[in-house]
Amino acid sequence: MIRLEAVTKNFASKRGTLPALHGIDLQVGRGEIFGIIGASGAGKSTLVRLINLLERPSSGQVWIDGQQITDARGTGLQALRRQIGMVFQHFNLLSGRTVARNVAYPLELAGKLTKAQIAEKVAALLARVGLSDHAQKYPRQLSGGQKQRVGIARALANDPKVLLCDEATSALDPQTTGQVLDLLQEINRELGVTIVMITHEMEVIRRACDRVAVLEKGRVVEEGPVAKVFLHPGHPVSRALVREAEGDAALSDPGTATGQHLRLTFTGADTHQPLLSRIAREFGVDFAILGGRVGHIRTTPYAQFSIALSGGDAVAATAALQAAGAAVEVIGGAAPAAAPAEVRHLHVV
Amino acid sequence: MWFERINWADIGTALSQTLAMVSVSLVLTVLIGLPLGILLFVTGKGQPFAHGLGYGMLSFVLNIIRSVPFIILLIVLMPVTVLITGTSLGIKGVIFPLVVGTSPFFARLVETALREVDPGVIEASFAMGASPVQTIFRAVLPEALPGLIAAATVTAIVLVDYTAMSGAIGGGGLGDLAIRYGYHRFQTEIMLVCVVVLILLVQLIQASGNSLVTRFSRR
Repeated sequence: MIRLEAVTKNFASKRGTLPALHGIDLQVGRGEIFGIIGASGAGKSTLVRLINLLERPSSGQVWIDGQQITDARGTGLQALRRQIGMVFQHFNLLSGRTVARNVAYPLELAGKLTKAQIAEKVAALLARVGLSDHAQKYPRQLSGGQKQRVGIARALANDPKVLLCDEATSALDPQTTGQVLDLLQEINRELGVTIVMITHEMEVIRRACDRVAVLEKGRVVEEGPVAKVFLHPGHPVSRALVREAEGDAALSDPGTATGQHLRLTFTGADTHQPLLSRIAREFGVDFAILGGRVGHIRTTPYAQFSIALSGGDAVAATAALQAAGAAVEVIGGAAPAAAPAEVRHLHVV
Repeated sequence: MWFERINWADIGTALSQTLAMVSVSLVLTVLIGLPLGILLFVTGKGQPFAHGLGYGMLSFVLNIIRSVPFIILLIVLMPVTVLITGTSLGIKGVIFPLVVGTSPFFARLVETALREVDPGVIEASFAMGASPVQTIFRAVLPEALPGLIAAATVTAIVLVDYTAMSGAIGGGGLGDLAIRYGYHRFQTEIMLVCVVVLILLVQLIQASGNSLVTRFSRR
C-alpha cells in the first residue's frame, strides 16, 4: 500500500545541510495499522510527512497503491492528498468554523458535492465519531478528545485509503487516549483504511498497531510485528522504549539469584494456563520470579516472566515449558544442574 | 459663559467632515492595504509563494512611504493629488494623501495578523488537498479575521490623527477648526472642544473595534 524506497531527507540550515532521514526503506500493507516509534528528534514527523509530500524527499521514492508519487505537483498532488487523511497532535482545527463546518472543509475544497450532499456526509461522519450533538459548537468549546474526534472525522471526509496520525494522542490524557485509539481501530476494521501512526509511546503501539518500526536518528533500527518488537526488543532503543512503558521489571537484567535465569514469554491462549506451578511440581524445580509483565497486545494476551530456576531436573523442565508453548530465552545465571551437565563437568576435572 | 463664542454649527460641520474623510479613506485603505498585506504574507519566508526579491522590493517601497512624516507626504503629494482629484484642498484633496499614507501601515498590520495564524492550521489545510489560494482565502483570512478587524481599528484611529494634520493645509475637519480658531485666533475654548470631540471619537472607534474583535474571536 505504502512503500518508501531508500528515502533520505536533508534540511538546509545555516551551517550546511542537516540530515534528518538516512535511507529509509519501509513497506506498509493494505489495511494494516503501522506504528512508527522514536524519541523526539528521531525524524518521525518528517517521515510521516513524506507520505503525503508535506515534505519532499531529498532522494529516494515514495509509492502509494502501486503509484510512484514522489514528483506529484499542483492539482495532481492535491488530488493525491485527498486520498490520504491526516490527524494532528494539536488537532489543527479552524477556530472560526463550527464542528460541522470543520468537517465540511475538505469536502468544500474537493468541490464535488452539493451543499445538501455535504451536509448529509458531515452528519454521517459526526455520527461515526460520536459528535452528532456537538455539530454547531466551536472547537474551543470542546475537550481535547472531542477536538481529536473532529480531526478524525475531517480526515475521513474524502474517504481516504490511508490515514496518517502524527502523535494523534500525545496531547490527550490516558483515558481519552484509549478512546481515540479504539476509534482508530474501529475505523481501520470497518472501513479498511490503512493507518500509519507516529508516536513516542510504546503504550500506543501495544494497544493499536499490527507492526512497528523503531526510528532513531533518522534510521529504522528495528522493525517487525508488535508482538516481536514489544516482547523481544532487539535494539537498545527498542528496549529503552519498552522499559519506559512497562517499568524496570519488564526486561529485568539478571540479578544475583542462584540458578539459571530464563525469560519465559506466553502469548495467546497459553497465557492463562497454570503452567509454572505444574512444571515445578512435575520436575521438582524451584523458581524465583525476577521480573515480569502481563497484559494485552491489541487483543492478544501475553505474559512474560524472568525466573531463576534451581533444583530438580532443570533441563527437562525447560524442555517441558517449550513444549507447552512458552518461548524460553536464557538470560544468564548458572548452567542447569541436570545430570548430563554434571557428567561433562566431572570429565573436565 | 466661556463657551459663548463657540459656533456649534461650525463644530458640527467640522465633525461631519472628519467622519467623511476617515470613513472614505478607511474603506480605500482596506481595499488597497489588504491585498498588499496578503502579498507581503504569501511572498514571505516559508510561505506558499515565498519570493525573496519580490518581498524585499515591496517591503522597501512600503517602508519608504512609512518613513515620510505625514505632513511632508501631504505636501510632496500635492501635484499628484491635483492631477487625480483636481484640487489639493478640502475633503476631496486630502483623501488621496490619506490613503497613500495609511495603506502601507495597514498592509504591515495585515501581514502581522496573517502570520499570527497557527502554522498547524495552514499545514492541515494543505494536507487536506487545498491549493495555496484556497488555503489563503478559506483558512488563513477567516482565521485572521479578529486580527484584521483590530488592524482596521488602529488604522481608523491613525486616520483621525492624520485628518487633523491635513487640516493644516486646508483639509477641513476638526483638526482644521482647532488650528484656525484655537491656534491662529487664540480661541482656546474652540480648540478644547475640538480635542474633546476627537477624544470621544477615538474612544468610540476603539470600543466598537474591540467589540467586533470579541464577536468574531472564536479561539
